[in-house]
Amino acid sequence: MATTAENTTQNAQLDTWLEQRLDELLPKKMAEIETSKTPSMSIIATKGSLDWAYPPFILASTAAALGWDVDMFFTFYGLLLLKKDINAEVSPLGNPAMPMKMPFGPKWFQDVDWPMPNLLMAGVPGFEKVATGLMKKTFKNKGVATIEELRGLCLEADVNMIACQMTVDVFGFDNSEFIPEVSDFVGATSFLPVARKSDVCLFI
Amino acid sequence: MTTVAEKLDTRGMNCPLPILKTRKALNLINSGEILEVTSSDPGSVKDIASFCTQTGNRLLSSNEADSGFVFLIEKA
Repeated sequence: MATTAENTTQNAQLDTWLEQRLDELLPKKMAEIETSKTPSMSIIATKGSLDWAYPPFILASTAAALGWDVDMFFTFYGLLLLKKDINAEVSPLGNPAMPMKMPFGPKWFQDVDWPMPNLLMAGVPGFEKVATGLMKKTFKNKGVATIEELRGLCLEADVNMIACQMTVDVFGFDNSEFIPEVSDFVGATSFLPVARKSDVCLFI
Repeated sequence: MTTVAEKLDTRGMNCPLPILKTRKALNLINSGEILEVTSSDPGSVKDIASFCTQTGNRLLSSNEADSGFVFLIEKA
């Protein structure tokens, strides 16, 4: 029978050997796990204007095309992007980085970035309708998909769309106003575990 | 000479549509078959290459022709 001292020596040797083996094997094993794993992305969509509606749907549809698992949580104004009819508009008011360009006419005319005084943007009725129309026209001219089209492509590619129940209550919506593909009406508590496990998590 | 099983014309479309349409078109052909994609979006040159690397599909060629950017993709 081995003495206690011998046992201790053996254990120390075993530990050293084990550590060496782990150092050798672990990076390879981790890389294997990493490559075989399906990447995942969680997006928290919080804005409902036309310009802000694009980034979440573009990123989600592209990730889905790459074979990623995608979950989207729509909260606050983002919730409007789940409505059956998306009436997203855009306003250059308080949106100083937005270029004001015309989608028609000769190139020199289209290249002009029109200076818009705040007073005009705030005071002229229907200004947002015009700005929205111009942005939609520009996007169409440039071959950019509509929001409805991108949302449809997301759904086709099994992007999971989750609505924030609290926002539904606060804004006085009815669940029937939303597309039937909404997988769940839940709170942050239910979405955070999904976000926690995802490789990419974006708040838009 | 490679045989093209399916052709996809994404000319006039902008990011991310060429990628999304390519994904859909690839879903409809068999493994080993070749999809030809034409695009007018200069961004698609790098994006299609990146898409192929990430999805394991093989980008056989990427050329600029008079008709636009032409890609040959072999489905994995």
